[in-house]
Amino acid sequence: MTTPPAIAIAGLTKSFGDQTVLGGVDLRVPAGSVFALLGSNGAGKTTTVRILCTLLRADGGTATVNGFDVATQPAEVRGSISLTGQFAAVDELLTGRENLVLVGQLRHLPEPGRTADDLLARFDLTEAAGRRVATWSGGMRRRLDIAMSLIGEPPVLFLDEPTTGLDPQSRLEVWATVRELAGRGTTVLLTTQYLDEAEQLADRIAVLHQGRVIAEGSLAELRQLLPPATVEYVEKQPSLEDVFLAIVGSGQQETDR
Amino acid sequence: MTTTYVVRDTTTLLKRSLRHVLRSPDTILTTAITPIIMLLLFVYVFGSAIDVGNGRYVDYLLPGILLITIASGIAYTAFRLFTDVSSGIFERFQSMPIARQSVLWAHVLTSVVANLVSLVLVVLVALAMGFRSGAGLLAWLGVAGILVLFTLALTWLAVIPGLTATSLDGVSGFSYPLIFLPFISSAFVPTSGMPGPLRWFAEHQPVTPIVNTLRSLYAEQPVGDDGVLAVAWCVGLLLVAYLVAMVTYQRKIG
Repeated sequence: MTTPPAIAIAGLTKSFGDQTVLGGVDLRVPAGSVFALLGSNGAGKTTTVRILCTLLRADGGTATVNGFDVATQPAEVRGSISLTGQFAAVDELLTGRENLVLVGQLRHLPEPGRTADDLLARFDLTEAAGRRVATWSGGMRRRLDIAMSLIGEPPVLFLDEPTTGLDPQSRLEVWATVRELAGRGTTVLLTTQYLDEAEQLADRIAVLHQGRVIAEGSLAELRQLLPPATVEYVEKQPSLEDVFLAIVGSGQQETDR
Repeated sequence: MTTTYVVRDTTTLLKRSLRHVLRSPDTILTTAITPIIMLLLFVYVFGSAIDVGNGRYVDYLLPGILLITIASGIAYTAFRLFTDVSSGIFERFQSMPIARQSVLWAHVLTSVVANLVSLVLVVLVALAMGFRSGAGLLAWLGVAGILVLFTLALTWLAVIPGLTATSLDGVSGFSYPLIFLPFISSAFVPTSGMPGPLRWFAEHQPVTPIVNTLRSLYAEQPVGDDGVLAVAWCVGLLLVAYLVAMVTYQRKIG
């Protein structure tokens, strides 16, 4: 590949007091890919994202986003990214549409109202748009949260545990959104503790463990780290998720998978 | 970041924050209600037993009550900022290509607006209770100026717990001492009757010169040294609170 990576991290370190959170992280995220940072709680996923979003300073190492150094060109980095944090960062006292218009105004768009209406339609939120977000469900908030991140069409998107705390249906909706973004060429770095999420969405996966990347590659490459597959006959039982989705009736999304 | 962006982004965020205030008008009422109750209680229950020399007690008491109004109002400033921080929307704004400090300035300006509304409510009640002043426009501008300076000083103070608090109790707790500070000053009774050390404290803390200045202004009396002291205290507090708040903020955003 000749195009420069969307995100390049080399030897990134960060400690809080005595506790080392990042012990030298190296990563390259190709432009236009969906990259999953997989790890358990406390592995350093959020710390990495916060450094890349210029919300936290690294102790050592370098990191560039969209070609800009996070330490020396933070304003340019912020112009290239959007962050969807661990909890839906929406304004509960405002309506859904007001939330989107607010972000559009802060990004100095010429027509924030029109952008808001387009996104409401795209995320199937038009009906609830005039209601205060405090009355919305968790899944709707998450969709609004992601919609807010898309305003201004930043080339790099950070999704920090985008489906944590969501019900299975909302989770599928978020997955569909990420796939759509990937189709448009946006680089997505998502963190997750769910293995199936990384498997479903990511072109490349890095496993972060105790502040270090212990494995990195495509799913196929990671599979090669294991002993070769053996053929066994196992009766295919529907998973509880299949059953749940079948009885609550979301067959449409099922076929999407 | 250019100045135009600072103004533009601050305006955008100020509108958002004012919308919050409009949608929870109880915050303004709650701010005004405690000082109004104190005003009623002290004028009608204790007032007859308090000797303040010539003049109505409500005229004597009002400045202290106005300062208490501000002290309870800025608790909501800290609360609104804390809500932004804990909900993650503060980080969302900080990760966007905006003039970053506008997030704080919007909260500060909202605090001034909300407090002025509460102050007007309290003054209206005082007027209904017989408060009168023959002061002219200039004197009233002086009163408003000192109240705004005091509000700004306490608002920047409120920014500190707003940014650092880890629980809702921590956010509201810091304002209690500020609400009680006027009790040990010339706000309720003249300091001359207080015992030695208490009197020394009362006469050397900021509330006393501020209260005396406000009283002199609307009583059409010269403000004298108290006026200089009042402005000095307000500006001094404002500078210190602003600097500490900025250090706290820089630490917060890394």
